[in-house]
Amino acid sequence: MGSNLDALTTVFTEFYYWVTVVFMFLIHVGFCLYEVGASRRRNHLHTLMKNTMLIPLVTVTFYFFGWWIYWAFPNGPGILGGIEDAAAANTPWSQTMGTHLGDRITGVFWAAFLLFSWTAASIVSGSVIERIRSGAFWIHAVLIGSVFWIIDAAWGWHAGGWMVKLLGYHDAYASGVIHAIAGGYALGILVVLGPRLGKFREDGTPRDIPPHNPWMVTLGLFMIYTGFWGFYAACNVPAISPEAIGGQITGETWTATNIYLAPTSLSAITFNFLMSLSGGLMVAYIVSKGDPFWTYSGGLAGIITASAGNDLYHPIQAMLIAGVGTWCAYKLHYWVERKFKIDDAVGAVAVHGYAGFIGLIIAGFVLWGQPSSPYEGYATISPWGQLIGACIMFGLLGFLPAYIVSKIMSGMGMLRIPRKVELEGLDFDENSTYQAAVDEVRAAEKALVA
Amino acid sequence: MSTNGMTSWAVDLKDIGAIYPFQGAEVLMVLVGLAFWIGWHVIQLRQENEEVAREMKADAEGDEARDAIDRY
Repeated sequence: MGSNLDALTTVFTEFYYWVTVVFMFLIHVGFCLYEVGASRRRNHLHTLMKNTMLIPLVTVTFYFFGWWIYWAFPNGPGILGGIEDAAAANTPWSQTMGTHLGDRITGVFWAAFLLFSWTAASIVSGSVIERIRSGAFWIHAVLIGSVFWIIDAAWGWHAGGWMVKLLGYHDAYASGVIHAIAGGYALGILVVLGPRLGKFREDGTPRDIPPHNPWMVTLGLFMIYTGFWGFYAACNVPAISPEAIGGQITGETWTATNIYLAPTSLSAITFNFLMSLSGGLMVAYIVSKGDPFWTYSGGLAGIITASAGNDLYHPIQAMLIAGVGTWCAYKLHYWVERKFKIDDAVGAVAVHGYAGFIGLIIAGFVLWGQPSSPYEGYATISPWGQLIGACIMFGLLGFLPAYIVSKIMSGMGMLRIPRKVELEGLDFDENSTYQAAVDEVRAAEKALVA
Repeated sequence: MSTNGMTSWAVDLKDIGAIYPFQGAEVLMVLVGLAFWIGWHVIQLRQENEEVAREMKADAEGDEARDAIDRY
């Protein structure tokens, strides 16, 4: 820290990211509430533990190699060059990956990315409840949370990413890099995993499996909305000078930027966050005929659809784009369910995957020709760049690896719990132990009454 | 061609104002937005009327209503 201004900027930035991390914790609380609310009583404990234990597993693996991948892979490697030099400072044995008074940003920046990793894994978690083995899910959680999403972030969510340079890929608040990939990944597992017992009738038509507690589901989604504010703020650089950006911007006016270091403002994303939430909620209420689960999910789908361009859209554009994405996601969910017998227990593939995919393509049209980066020589934003990017996120880095790994797991008999256990409930063993303990305590206390 | 008139960030930010796409079409966007809002009320009221009509036809004896009252 050279001058007082440098010191103030550094400390402000450090605190800014730290606050976003605390906010984003609410996303995980929300996902846990949501999943447990959606599951049936005999599966609660396993459902909760499945989502909770991804926290430590993704955290330690993101420390060991996930963070390094982000800094190492912007060139592919092998597409625009090799491993980036910046990766060396982000290995787990680097001094700046520990207590270090010369670097006050890496820790909080790492943590902000880590919370995105939890979210990616948690999105997948909800769709596979009540029949996946916890051990299989946790391997998938590490793969999506500490490998595949962070590869896509290096490629398309990094100021030097090859997708940004060559395709003009623009995805400021992660329609693709978090949501489309997580939705695609969930679909890749679901195709192999199969539906919950009883989900489809003998004639192949789907049954609704209602949540055991709709209040928990909706409260969970409300918490996800709240945490989403932290997510949005964490996608920005809060204050930076043109000199520090080092691109084409002239003059001395400081600005907030998106992850590509292109100017935007917190005010812009606040407008657009609220208007896209509203567009999603309004359309979801109508299309689902007032179903609370889908109305809340639609608010989320609306934000996710508009997120790719919410640094640049007009608020009314954000609202309308959100409405279109939400309508498509709802319709696609039921069409895919009927046509392909896919049992996505919480609609995660639709809300995150389809809405994210559609949002990327819409951004390509609405932001067509705009600069994707403040640096010279980058492609501008285009529909084809966004379409290729959406396919990479949803298909190449989402669906495909999940499908292959799930096939291997299925072949080894480690993907799905046995039919008997699914019917008696994943918590059967724990519930039996619990009941035995309750019975024993009751009997002992009653004996004392006499 | 660019939807907000900018094809690069080679600018001084003190000279830049709005950066959203389709500047100049704000009034049209507001009209479309208003239509979206009004349309929502129209569709919602129609759906609610249909729901109320279904509920009026159901439970002619009032048994389910008494159960609902008991459940509080």
